[in-house]
Amino acid sequence: MKKRDMILTIIGIIALFGLAFFVQEEMDSYIRRIVNLCLVYAIIGLSMNLTNGFVGQFSLGQAGFMAIGAYTVGIFTVPVEYRENIFYAMPMNPAIADIELPLWAALILGGALAALFAFAIGTPVLRLRGDYLAVTTLGFSEIIRIWITNAQSITNGALGIKDIPPLNDVRYIFLVTVICFVFITLLVNSSYGRAFKAIREDEIAAEAMGINLFWHKNLAFMVSAFFAGIGGGLYGALLGTVDPKNFLFTLTYNFLLIIVLGGMGSITGSMLGAVIVTAGLEYLRFFDEPLMLFGMDIPLFRPGFRMVIFSVLLMVCVLFWRHGIMGTREFTWQKAIDFVKNPLGFIKRKGAAQ
Amino acid sequence: MILKTKDITMQFGGVTAVFKLNIDINDGEIVALIGPNGAGKTTAFNMVTGVYTPTEGKVFYTDAKGEQIDITGKLPSDIAKLGIARTFQNIRLFKDLTVYENVLIANHLHLKSDFLSATLHLPWYMNEAKQMHRNTEKLLQEVGLWEVRNEKASSLPYGQQRRLEIVRALATKPRLLLLDEPAAGMNPKETEELTEFIRQIHREYNLTIFMIEHHMDLVMEISDRIYVLEFGMTIAEGTPDEIQNNQRVIDAYLGVDEDA
Ligand SMILES: Nc1ncnc2c1ncn2[C@@H]1O[C@H](COP(=O)(O)OP(=O)(O)O)[C@@H](O)[C@H]1O
Ligand SMILES: [Mg+2]
Repeated sequence: MKKRDMILTIIGIIALFGLAFFVQEEMDSYIRRIVNLCLVYAIIGLSMNLTNGFVGQFSLGQAGFMAIGAYTVGIFTVPVEYRENIFYAMPMNPAIADIELPLWAALILGGALAALFAFAIGTPVLRLRGDYLAVTTLGFSEIIRIWITNAQSITNGALGIKDIPPLNDVRYIFLVTVICFVFITLLVNSSYGRAFKAIREDEIAAEAMGINLFWHKNLAFMVSAFFAGIGGGLYGALLGTVDPKNFLFTLTYNFLLIIVLGGMGSITGSMLGAVIVTAGLEYLRFFDEPLMLFGMDIPLFRPGFRMVIFSVLLMVCVLFWRHGIMGTREFTWQKAIDFVKNPLGFIKRKGAAQ
Repeated sequence: MILKTKDITMQFGGVTAVFKLNIDINDGEIVALIGPNGAGKTTAFNMVTGVYTPTEGKVFYTDAKGEQIDITGKLPSDIAKLGIARTFQNIRLFKDLTVYENVLIANHLHLKSDFLSATLHLPWYMNEAKQMHRNTEKLLQEVGLWEVRNEKASSLPYGQQRRLEIVRALATKPRLLLLDEPAAGMNPKETEELTEFIRQIHREYNLTIFMIEHHMDLVMEISDRIYVLEFGMTIAEGTPDEIQNNQRVIDAYLGVDEDA
């Protein structure tokens, strides 16, 4: 990276940090919640983009890895004195009943556990060629959910865990988001990241260039799960409660939409996608409200209709707009400067390049 | 001897693509493998490079220290690390990446830094990375691809794509280079340039070359020895002169104009 770009990036991050402070201090809780959700979705979207966009391995396990992270935070950050009340149906397993962790430690533990599960899934599946990973990860995320529902002495089963010390600090979540983005950006721009892209472009050629497919895929898959676990942990802390129903496999499709919309294989695209999808999902709530037009109740507008629209959007994107907003390109300062200097010329050149 | 195959056989279901193939390649030689389409040439390459594990027989490779290693059924990536690089009959470049990235990636196999050091860009990784960039720049300049280094691989003209694929293989620092029909689809002028290019890299990079090729002028001009395959079996072996005068080869292959 050029020195100028490095400085601009640091200034940009500081400016955003300032914005996070502003949102924290000056905005109402509704806006704060949306901003927080946006950041968490960005982390998880990016984690999914690593396997799907950079290594080209179609994985649909994000909801499962999130659940692991969220439950780790739920189980270990709930104050010990509340636990008796929360686990009223079946007491908490004595082995963990007295362990209480600070949020940061629970986040890392959740990420590590998710990575461990990824390793366990990846070891048999990533040796195979073809799309077995998609099916397996989808199945895995449902199995995790069912296990959570049934492991009552650990997870409180279907009752969920309430009274997680709520995290509503934009600055904290922003900081974690920055760390995740910086880490993955550095990874993608290292020799390992280039090996990932080589695998995406052509597995057989990558292998002939000495890149161990299994090992590199598994590495990316574990890093992806790690950050999905962290994101899930933040998600749990943000909601203040975790419940198996929060982690239906359909949750994964939010992130699929983020990365397809933003661009598979683009880090800045994931950021953009997360903003659009989170804000969009909020905006689309409009469709869940009953709508009266000229005194008539429009029958389509009812709870759940939002998700129908959402699914149609996802389908349209996947079918007709595979490259999304960014494709595999990234936002660069040079492009931004070119644009500011000469917007018309920039758009023309971009048009000509395509 | 750098490569030796001992009675390698490859069966796909009922089809025997290669039957008891014995090939010996000496250090520094250029050896060609010829034969009609479907004779089993690419399959032989795939067995040597680990893409397929022979159903029978063994492949031996002698490394730089002179130690003979049984590489039968090893992973392609491990075989590449030992010093065997290859190109493909249907070009397999990293299409959406630049020429420079294509070559840079081929340095990855020698990277010693683990993934955390690399991600955190720690000093020892940065040293290795600098070296990889230097190697890439040097190589691209030597082979005349420096000017197009920032082009997408897929945007290069066909002949240059073939050349880039060879260069990418060279970037892994091989001792043995396998070329699968490097001149396929080239006109006579391009073929001539390629012949010169193969000579150049053979000389400058201390290589042993094993290649599959249909262009007979190229094969006869640069090969030290030639193996001829037909229906998976070796029907002849010898110097270009011997092969050109071998009746069986003329009947099976050279007689018919088999240029693909
Ligand atoms: N993966 C495979 N599965 C089944 N048959 C194959 C496979 N690869 C090659 N073959 C068969 O093996 C024979 C030799 O193919 P190949 O080695 O590609 O020939 P060549 O490179 O000499 O033109 C052909 O009959 C081909 O159909
Ligand atoms: Mg072939």
